[in-house]
Amino acid sequence: MSAAPKRDSYDVVVIGAGPAGLAAAANAAEAGLSTLLLDENAGPGGQVWRAIASTPVRERDHLGADYWAGADLVDAVHASGAEIIQRATVWSLDRHLDIGISVGGASAFVKARRVILATGALERPFPIPGWTLPGVMTAGAAQTMLKSSALVPDGRTVIAGQGPLLWLLAAQILRLGGRVDRILDTTERRNYLAALPHAFAFLTSPFFAKGLALMREVRAKVPVVSGLSELAAAGDGQLASVSYVAGGRRETILSDLLLLHQGVVPNVNLAMAAGIEHRWDDRQLCWSPVLDQNGNSSVEGIAIAGDGAGIGGAAAAVLRGRIAARAAADALAPAAAARFAPMSTIRASLAQAERGRAFLDTLFRPAPQFRIPSGDTIVCRCEEVTSQDILDAVAIGATGPNQLKAYRRAGMGPCQGRLCGLTVTELMGQARGKSPQEIGYYRIRAPVKPITLAELASIPKTEADIKAVVRG
Amino acid sequence: MFKRSDQDNRPPVQIFVDGAAVAAREGDTVSAALLASGRDVRRATAVSGAPRLPYCMMGVCFDCLVTIDGVGNRQGCLVPVAEGMQIEIQKSKREINR
Repeated sequence: MSAAPKRDSYDVVVIGAGPAGLAAAANAAEAGLSTLLLDENAGPGGQVWRAIASTPVRERDHLGADYWAGADLVDAVHASGAEIIQRATVWSLDRHLDIGISVGGASAFVKARRVILATGALERPFPIPGWTLPGVMTAGAAQTMLKSSALVPDGRTVIAGQGPLLWLLAAQILRLGGRVDRILDTTERRNYLAALPHAFAFLTSPFFAKGLALMREVRAKVPVVSGLSELAAAGDGQLASVSYVAGGRRETILSDLLLLHQGVVPNVNLAMAAGIEHRWDDRQLCWSPVLDQNGNSSVEGIAIAGDGAGIGGAAAAVLRGRIAARAAADALAPAAAARFAPMSTIRASLAQAERGRAFLDTLFRPAPQFRIPSGDTIVCRCEEVTSQDILDAVAIGATGPNQLKAYRRAGMGPCQGRLCGLTVTELMGQARGKSPQEIGYYRIRAPVKPITLAELASIPKTEADIKAVVRG
Repeated sequence: MFKRSDQDNRPPVQIFVDGAAVAAREGDTVSAALLASGRDVRRATAVSGAPRLPYCMMGVCFDCLVTIDGVGNRQGCLVPVAEGMQIEIQKSKREINR
């Protein structure tokens, strides 16, 4: 499975094998298009269906029906004839639809007639004091270990933050016999009022009943503290305690593991490196690509599906994947495309799947103090740049994230801004009295993941390529 | 910090962490195996030498950087364990040629 691509060009290359990518690749291949599906992980499923083909969790109820819903799509993509490469690092994509891939320590380029980006989401940065300490992880990290290795928290465990994933994770940990000592809910009380106008759509969406059941299950076993206004982790080289303020009262509890989560945001690095236009989304507080109703981006031939197109969840991601594949088939194989469900039907299903999203976005809008830190709290984990460092740089003339690199190296470490970019944009915007859109984002360039010189050197070369650089 | 569920009956895989034998399971990533081992597997950052452990486990944060079979700065959360794999915990900056 980890072999190099069999061909040097494809009709459709899909990047990412989560819900959107699996659906897109299966549909494209079913339409008779030569299709390559590239994925970074050891197996298909993305994050929501991670390790679906290999999980050691045998009690199916422990992971829940939404997890196993991915199995049919994995079967479909295997049956579709799409070529699938796992453990592939896509490190470059440009406007000519040339794709740089590393597999098993060697790199190659493939060319596509259409690219469907399905790079999904990552967890929003949660820059509180002490968030770099060993023992502080994301909720998603704990869930990844639970799904792929049946590992559950063992020591004194605190889960802090907000959003549906937090409750799902707590329930899964408890079902597998793990430990959760306390849940600290950071949802702002005023958000409940703000979300009210969207409540009807939410109450009639599947999110509501599922969410309520999960919260009941967890609350029966774990103390929950709501209305947090402050949160910090402390310890000497290792997490020792978590302190918080709720309802005006400060409390400190001993802890071995703190799991943080305040929602997910699009993983934009590859799309941005390809030159795709993004805009600041004020409701989801993140950068989202500018797309037409078929998912087509500002770069001809590249569509984006799934949470990378704006957060919508797994069910919406599948449908966006189908829409992007259908659009590719309409362009490249119209006769075959006519056999599939009409675009209008898929769009109607998508509208249904997106019901309740506005409510969730509004209710779980992270509070400013958990997005925009102050003082010596680290913003850029890689280069260890604090909030005050960034404000100092602004004071002497740094105008935006790209200038900031020259002052403090923020965003120049191996994660390439994934864990600091949103924070830097909002922090600099606040300091300079400008909107995130005006402040902008890091200019992302290939390689979007670090690769070795040996991997670059292994790219197949023609006689002409060699002659162009070799003397004599 | 983490324990294995009783449901897990995957076959064992032996890896070596700074020379010491560690029992992992087939399908574990390097980072998961390290966190499950109970050993002190904190790396030290290249910038200040501060201790870190994996943060995101999904390939985006790079706090799981580790030397695998002599190659430095690999993302441990993306690499599955293999029998006899040699893992070294990175202490501060990467060395030339590794």
